Amino acid sequence: MEILVCVKRVPDTAENEIEINRDGSDIERDDLVYSVNEWDNYAVEEAIQIVDKVGGAVTVVSLGDEESEEVVRREMAMGAHNGILVTDDVFAGSDGKGIAAILKAVVEKGTYDLILTGAQADDGAGQIGGMLAAMLDMPYASVVNSIEVLNDSQLKVGREIEGGNQEMNEIALPCVLSIQTGINEPRYVGIRGIRKVASVDIPIWGASDLGLDPANVGESGAGVKRVDYFVPELGEGAEILEGSNEEIAEKLIDLLKAKGGIK
Amino acid sequence: MAAQVFAYIEHKNGVADDTALELVSAARNIFPDASPAAIVTGSGADLDAVCNDLAASYSEVWKFDNEALAYPNAEAIRKLLVAVLPAEAVVLVPHDTFGMDLAPGLSIKLNSVFVSDAAGFESLDGDNLKVIRQEYSGQVSTHLMANISAGAVINVRPGVFQPDESKSATGQVIDKSSEIGELTVGRRFLEVVEAEAGDVDITKEDILVSVGRGIEDQDNIEIAQELAEVVGGVVSCSRPIVDAKWLEKPRQVGTSGQTVKPKVYMALGISGSFQHLGGIKGNPFIVAVNKNPKAPIFQIADVGVVEDLLDFVPVLTEKIQEGK
Repeated sequence: MEILVCVKRVPDTAENEIEINRDGSDIERDDLVYSVNEWDNYAVEEAIQIVDKVGGAVTVVSLGDEESEEVVRREMAMGAHNGILVTDDVFAGSDGKGIAAILKAVVEKGTYDLILTGAQADDGAGQIGGMLAAMLDMPYASVVNSIEVLNDSQLKVGREIEGGNQEMNEIALPCVLSIQTGINEPRYVGIRGIRKVASVDIPIWGASDLGLDPANVGESGAGVKRVDYFVPELGEGAEILEGSNEEIAEKLIDLLKAKGGIK
Repeated sequence: MAAQVFAYIEHKNGVADDTALELVSAARNIFPDASPAAIVTGSGADLDAVCNDLAASYSEVWKFDNEALAYPNAEAIRKLLVAVLPAEAVVLVPHDTFGMDLAPGLSIKLNSVFVSDAAGFESLDGDNLKVIRQEYSGQVSTHLMANISAGAVINVRPGVFQPDESKSATGQVIDKSSEIGELTVGRRFLEVVEAEAGDVDITKEDILVSVGRGIEDQDNIEIAQELAEVVGGVVSCSRPIVDAKWLEKPRQVGTSGQTVKPKVYMALGISGSFQHLGGIKGNPFIVAVNKNPKAPIFQIADVGVVEDLLDFVPVLTEKIQEGK
């Protein structure tokens, strides 16, 4: 099975406090720790496991700036066979449709049976997989938390729905799936793994390589544009307890007793 | 107002989802004089019951009755909507696992803009709709400008808009089943597998000691267990803990886990994403312990402790033990 996995380089919210820059035009990006989007990492692991079972190859593509090469390489160190970096100044400011249109061009440059994305990203909208599927006229399933290959033309997929329940579906290949965290346990990538792929050639594609008209992507083609970032006016918020840990604990114990928090 | 506004209604066992009345308010928040139409798909008596109820809240209820729609398959419903919606329609859909399945692709087929997980609408200036969203797990908010001249598909965050309980509409149910057309799909629904019950039922507990990413390591969960023991509660958790397989799924609080209604909820190292908060009902007394003072959990907690839980919680446990 030929599998394409779309991955994104994002600020790692587990490692960063996200703050807004002075004029509200962006988040403060100095000193941010970036990593591969967590959901995408599960998608790559799932693709590798499928190929380990039924054969084929995993290709990872990342759309972003040149720095995104590092996440492509990282996912290749995990075991993805091929990597593609898609970057071009004219792509800046693309909305979801613009990004999906670019990825559609990537898909059509190859031959894939299965296309995976992460179900969402911390700085995203959970929209690319569904848009890409509709553009390609392929079936789609979102928030997928299990995949079983039934045969050459069909998968059985579980979707995580509300209340911890799982919705089972049969889906025809080729298709697009957006992958939920927890579907597997992504393998650890060590320094040795990274070294092994350090000099692998990763092709870089821009708008002309993909046959895209710059007018249809990037900011000029966007129907949805970002205006600014802001910190919402908070309600009262929590009463923050101050003091040493011992002092805070004593205050908190009094409150917990009053509220029935200590039996 | 040129645009026609539609609300997609989710329902189960003959009862409309809470979002059905929230979308009335959301529609009026965009267009103050909107009289949105409800779109209800399904089959049989359950569908009729939902449609009849909604006629008190929507001026028009479009009913689509077909056995193939008995379970909401997003691909089939997308085909249906593309066939029946007028040009430039503004379609509101709840932002949940169904909305995520349906809406992005629907916007492509309707050739209109898509806005995901809208948490508010600030203004409408001509065709430019200014929308509020949250990013980075709620740490920052952002304004987007969407050009809705060709219509829009907008996923609305559940629980944000007050449900319109006025029941002031004297709407009519319009049976549009004859317009359904063919519903061939590439994805076939098989069954829903219910969540397994765990060794504890966190939905019935009064005191929950809940852990998130801030616990850092599986071995540290003991710290929360010790606190839970001395206060007489049980340990629950947020999603990353289950993803890491450190605790079982039945202990997960949130929209993709359990809905709990304790008296006291202690959130230890939990940032407080809306999916997590969506699983906490009944207005409990919330204590948040998080080393990040910007964590959204502090916005909704009653009491906050800005400390590393790994340092603070053992002290708290010990003090409680001393006092007993």
